[in-house]
Amino acid sequence: MKFLDEYRDSATAAQLARSIRKTVRRPWTLMEVCGGQTHTIVKSGLLDLLPSEISLVHGPGCPVCVTPLELIDRAIAIAALPQTIFCSFGDMLRVPGSSKSLLDVKAAGADVRIVYSPLDGLKLARANPSREVVFFAVGFETTAPANAMAVWQAEREGIRNFSVLVAHVLVPPAMEAILSSPNCRIQGFLAAGHVCTVMGWEEYEPISRRWHVPIVVTGFEPLDLLEGVQMAVTQLESGRAEVENQYRRAVKREGNRPAQERIAEVFEVAPRKWRGIGEIPSSGLQLRERYRAFDAIERFRVGVESVEEPSECIAGLVLQGLKKPFECPAFGTRCTPETPLGAPMVSSEGACAAYYLYGRHKHERSESELPRTASRG
Amino acid sequence: MNEVNLSCPVPRPADDYILLAHGGGGKLTNQLIERIFLPAFACAPLEARHDGARLNVNGQRLAFTTDSYVVRPLVFPGGTIGDLAVNGTVNDLAMCGARPLYLSAGFILEEGLAMETLRTVVESMRAAAAKAGVQLVTGDTKVVDKGKGDGIFINTAGIGVIEAGTEISPAAVRAGDSVIVSGDLGAHGVAILSVREGLEFEAPVESDTAPLWEPVNALFEAGIAVHCLRDLTRGGLSSALNEIASAARVGMEISERSVPVREAVRGACEILGLDPLYVANEGRFVAFVAEQDAGRAIEVLRRFAICKDAARIGAVTATPAGMVTLESRIGGRRVLDMLSGEQLPRIC
Amino acid sequence: MCLAIPGKVVSVIEEAGLSLRRGKVDFGGVQKEICLAYTPEAAVGDYVLVHVGFALSVVDPDEAQKIFDTLTEMQRLEELEGAADVTESGP
Repeated sequence: MKFLDEYRDSATAAQLARSIRKTVRRPWTLMEVCGGQTHTIVKSGLLDLLPSEISLVHGPGCPVCVTPLELIDRAIAIAALPQTIFCSFGDMLRVPGSSKSLLDVKAAGADVRIVYSPLDGLKLARANPSREVVFFAVGFETTAPANAMAVWQAEREGIRNFSVLVAHVLVPPAMEAILSSPNCRIQGFLAAGHVCTVMGWEEYEPISRRWHVPIVVTGFEPLDLLEGVQMAVTQLESGRAEVENQYRRAVKREGNRPAQERIAEVFEVAPRKWRGIGEIPSSGLQLRERYRAFDAIERFRVGVESVEEPSECIAGLVLQGLKKPFECPAFGTRCTPETPLGAPMVSSEGACAAYYLYGRHKHERSESELPRTASRG
Repeated sequence: MNEVNLSCPVPRPADDYILLAHGGGGKLTNQLIERIFLPAFACAPLEARHDGARLNVNGQRLAFTTDSYVVRPLVFPGGTIGDLAVNGTVNDLAMCGARPLYLSAGFILEEGLAMETLRTVVESMRAAAAKAGVQLVTGDTKVVDKGKGDGIFINTAGIGVIEAGTEISPAAVRAGDSVIVSGDLGAHGVAILSVREGLEFEAPVESDTAPLWEPVNALFEAGIAVHCLRDLTRGGLSSALNEIASAARVGMEISERSVPVREAVRGACEILGLDPLYVANEGRFVAFVAEQDAGRAIEVLRRFAICKDAARIGAVTATPAGMVTLESRIGGRRVLDMLSGEQLPRIC
Repeated sequence: MCLAIPGKVVSVIEEAGLSLRRGKVDFGGVQKEICLAYTPEAAVGDYVLVHVGFALSVVDPDEAQKIFDTLTEMQRLEELEGAADVTESGP
């Protein structure tokens, strides 16, 4: 597949790895922001190619992992209503709320459907005029244009039986929150490439300046990540701290203007609670007044109890890159992909699931015998 | 300083009720088998944990197996639920080293099912049975209320005669054995997804459902030292490899580069964020053969159209027991774990 | 997050009335109808990055090639260095 396979070439990967090894003089800790990047790293065993001086920490770039508990409980309550058809991306189905997940509710008879695109949700609404179709609008800025278009189009067509449960989160505020934590060890970022196809990278420049950290807009294939690491390390070794673009084939500095305009038309910035981190001001999106009629929270006034949760899950510390999954007392024992205690174990991009699936055996055997999965340092 | 607000749900009870994932063919299915069925029905053939039971009746070695089919949609590119019902059971017998002879079929039909649909499914079963060289000799039909069934559920059971001399089972797998896959992966899963609501796309991919006795028998007749066979179904290649690694207490090293996947299947998997190593197949198997026979085994298999992409994908190792590792395209390594539930399309 | 895959635009239907600009995009032989409203410049033959049914960006083939050109150049220099050096450098 063009523009995909070339970026998985092993000879080129080896060459980039050599180049990184030549550049590195000191240990560095980098964070890759996006869950999709984490996925590639663990799936391709990328850490095996990096020198041990480089430590890659997995960031909170997994909208599945950071969707607040209350929203999941609300989604479940809405899905359980007999008149609703609840549509969602596949990722969200397994995430546990306070007592169950959407998959559980589906198993109990609720009409929960996996869709590929929010426009599929709209199609369902047109085809089922007597049902209420609700779409779980989760995601970072990458997904916001799609969700915005669905709402915008619904309004244009006068579709009354469609609404969205908004759970959008924004990346730059999350990065700032991580950087402002006193325990922050992150020295450079691989920014989420697809978020930047939409938003460009202008908004990262003040962050890079304020915190003096290199931020490299990076793609998602193994070669992209290797090149991104190389660019970040080159900056760090020379004391530079700028925003650079590794993902040049897809990202422009100003991003995608039509997409940004549609987002601004439909959504406005709002405070948002991040599961495992807490509330971060101006870090989420909500529907503007004009489109509030499409807000599922307003349309379905479901009571959601706030629950006192036991805090055995250290998702917060893991999501901020402060702890590794295997440092959690429940990791691999009470908390596994079958019985997840928190979202990072459910989502395949979650740091905990990634470590569980690919690296838990590390602690039963000596490191040299196993695929290297945990970064040292 | 940012307030860290730890949030964590109350643990979900895993054992209270059946989830869809219990039917996924992965970890939860195995848990169900280990915790509920095996303790209740404990006996030697069952404990062998192979696809079919190997029995000895008055000196004649027989294989006996059963499978149920609940697929949605009933008709998909390349086949129907009927094809799966025949081929699935025929293949389970083949994996025991048995020549499939007779099938039974139990139908559970939903009230309101179109007769035309039933005719289509039954016709496809007729054709599949003929192609596989088996006879459907006994059957049963029940009808359930509208809403209580997905159109058609089919159970088939099959009997075959074990002709091969050697014991084909996970216990026979040895360190050094070559791991061979009989053809390209993921076509069935993609074909199903291509017509499932919400995930539709136009794909020139048909289900790979096919009877496998002929190529399997060809391996025996060529004198290939076949130690174990497993057909790939739900959970894909990964589930099969993990089950055998676990049952045989061996390790496996697989090279991702050598796993055959056709481009259209890859394209579909990329869009949906699925890993072909976990996608369902219905006409593919994995064979564990003595290392020195690997080359010949592939030659033998490639004579069959459905095995034209047969390839050696890795080797069995003594340790770590029960673990399958994968060397990625770029030379990194990871553990290829068993799926713990259905693989769902993702945006992330 | 953000699974976005490059696909080739095979056909384009411009927006008309209430319907959005869309087209058939090919991913290794599999085709899906994708909304092209955010890539008004995407034409048949172009590759677009697609996320949840929307094209978000047109792939720039020249930029796409650059990393390989840079590495080829680097390789050439390595070989020259290797020929000049007596001892091998690097791990």
